[in-house]
Amino acid sequence: MKEIFVRLDRCLGCHTCEIACAVEHSQSKNLFGAIFEHPTPKRRLFVEWVAPEHKLPVLCRHCEDAPCMHACISGAITRTPDGVIITDEAKCIGCWTCVMVCPYGVIGRHLETHTAYRCDRCPDQDEPACVSACPTKALVYRTVEEFSADVRQVAATEMLAGEGG
Amino acid sequence: MKEEILNKSIDPTVHDMLAVAEAAGLETVWERLEQQLPQCGFGEIGVCCRNCTMGPCRIDPFGEGPTKGVCGATADIIVARNLLRMIAAGAAAHSDHGRDIAHTLLLTAEGKGGGYEIKDAAKLKRLAAEYDIPTEGRTKEEIALDLAKAVYAEFGKQEGPIQFTRRAPAKRVELWQKLNVDPRGIDREIVECMHRTHIGVDNDYVNIILHGLRTAISDGWGGSMVATELSDVLFGTPKPVWSEANLGVLDEKMVNIIVHGHEPTLSEMILAAVQDPELVALAKEKGAEGINLAGSCCTGNEVLMRHGIPLAGNFLQQELLVITGAVEAIIVDVQCIMPSLGALSACFHTQFISTSYKAKFPGATHIEFHEEHAYDIAKEIVRTAVEAFPYRAPEKVHIPKEKVKLMAGFSTEAIVGALGGTLDPLLDVIKSGAVKGIAGVVGCNNPKIQHDYAHVNLVKELIKNDILVVNTGCNAIACAKAGLLVPEGAEMAGDGLKAVCKALGIPPVLHMGSCVDISRILVVCAAVANALGVDISDLPVAGAAPEWMSEKAVSIGTYVVASGVYTVLGVAPPILGSPEVVELLTAGAEGVIGGKFAVEPDPFKAAQLIIDHIAAKRRALGI
Repeated sequence: MKEIFVRLDRCLGCHTCEIACAVEHSQSKNLFGAIFEHPTPKRRLFVEWVAPEHKLPVLCRHCEDAPCMHACISGAITRTPDGVIITDEAKCIGCWTCVMVCPYGVIGRHLETHTAYRCDRCPDQDEPACVSACPTKALVYRTVEEFSADVRQVAATEMLAGEGG
Repeated sequence: MKEEILNKSIDPTVHDMLAVAEAAGLETVWERLEQQLPQCGFGEIGVCCRNCTMGPCRIDPFGEGPTKGVCGATADIIVARNLLRMIAAGAAAHSDHGRDIAHTLLLTAEGKGGGYEIKDAAKLKRLAAEYDIPTEGRTKEEIALDLAKAVYAEFGKQEGPIQFTRRAPAKRVELWQKLNVDPRGIDREIVECMHRTHIGVDNDYVNIILHGLRTAISDGWGGSMVATELSDVLFGTPKPVWSEANLGVLDEKMVNIIVHGHEPTLSEMILAAVQDPELVALAKEKGAEGINLAGSCCTGNEVLMRHGIPLAGNFLQQELLVITGAVEAIIVDVQCIMPSLGALSACFHTQFISTSYKAKFPGATHIEFHEEHAYDIAKEIVRTAVEAFPYRAPEKVHIPKEKVKLMAGFSTEAIVGALGGTLDPLLDVIKSGAVKGIAGVVGCNNPKIQHDYAHVNLVKELIKNDILVVNTGCNAIACAKAGLLVPEGAEMAGDGLKAVCKALGIPPVLHMGSCVDISRILVVCAAVANALGVDISDLPVAGAAPEWMSEKAVSIGTYVVASGVYTVLGVAPPILGSPEVVELLTAGAEGVIGGKFAVEPDPFKAAQLIIDHIAAKRRALGI
């Protein structure tokens, strides 16, 4: 099962992932059409600025033990067989309890549809739109094992370099 | 052939060369576009502002993020300012080209032009008359000196008017004056663009766009027209001429030299130098049968129009020329020259020779061109090319066989000539409905659009519907390669246009020159409007740039609209982030200036927009 990971040193803050996310969650699926649509297509990830110089996209982690799912009073939030946490718009009553308990602050409130929305990992795409769009590949779509293996490789190289130096 | 390659162009030489490029691991413009994707959405819709260091700022088009830049600029202001800067850059490029030609005329008149002469004395006198310069009993050099100085002064003029703007119908000039968009000087308007778009100056999008019109008019009816008219004086006014187009014009047995870029000052001298017996002998000594000159982009159009030099290809084919392995030198000056040519030429024996102090490129051999010593420098450049011939690697040579016959050289004077000395026959066939109207189709290539697909299909669709097409630039080259620039091309036209073409022996698509020669189209429009006693905006005419990409094209589109002509773009300009600016340019402008923009990437739908527009204009004129 793949997750969306962020390589923490890569983001340039161009917000391209946000644009791609909103476009993917539009009816027309293209920017020029999407910006004129109602309800307004919404981005589901957020490029945050960490002063003074770091930028970082933050998005739903689809937690194994998801606080939002446990907290949802109307049963709108469930987990798909692929492990993706989804919000059923039809069942959402707009109580914002999920927003309250989400440790990442990545659940949005759609003022036109009066429902909560969040990352759905782009079920129509092989790779989520934000990952495909990222010009610096700060966002990657990998399994936990693959991502960890890469991190271990870097750590091991650095440890040996430290010994040599 | 792989579908992926077929989708990039409709031109078989491009398919052929891209397969060669792929096998050799050579990168082209198409791979670089793929590597850029997805491109920044903020830039695509024009809501990114980098004009001060409180920014860069951008407006969230979805309305969740910031709706104003740090200074308070809204999407409307940012989009309009960015557009004005594009117009400024485009007008600057055309007008600086015009300035260079005026400079060459000045040097020539002073006897300091290193090999140039005044080829069209009759045109010199006609232009002198427009400037009230006496011609009786004076030598052409004396007249040229006064004309060059008068034209030179247009660039630094403060209060206007620019003389050539007065070629527009009186109603048009009055409208420009009423709207306060009559240009005061060529350089002044461009400078003012930069002033207005500086932080905290012009923040009213309508006011900004109006200045865009004024700047663009100073290009089309100013700098570009200067470039065209003075080039005709120096190098001759084009007359119908036969030639060929496409990569097949390269000759395996010859030293192949490509002139690429824009200004004819360089290419005219290269053309003279390749005929120099000393250099021809050198080519033979090096094992070639001779020297073969071909043109690319607008420089190609300039030497085609005046001398019938074959066209090697248009904008997106410049890298492919090098990949044929058969080009000894690609000689460039300014505009639309890909910096990738340096690294690419390094994979071959090809000499990539830059010549302008304004335009240097990594990996190029720089042989600086100065008009005072033009012929000597041209000889040195050609010698460098010839000397590269022995280093050609025969195993790398791959020249596609395709080349297509064409007829070009349709200057305004040549069109009037073809009509028997007056515009009346053209007016008659337009009034009778045999020819429904005229469309000017121009502009670049853009790898976002299948190469030449929109150009060729739009033009075919228009002539099929009895609309006479006049074209320039990379559209003209696309049409040449598609066999539309020959009298037999009339077989693809509707019955009315076909009969007119057959009677006159002309193609249904008239090649009027390079991108600055769109000024010729303006002159034709003005003449037709004056003959009918109406404004240009009343005419059954339209403009189109189906595959545009450059800032020059933005200026062109704007001066065409400011001249009162409906203009259809095949690629959306970066303005969609402001619905207000979009509304102004695609709707509101018509009621003010008589012209407006439309955006339509599908060439068949774009043709329909033009057909409908021309039909509506005909109805309004009662014809």
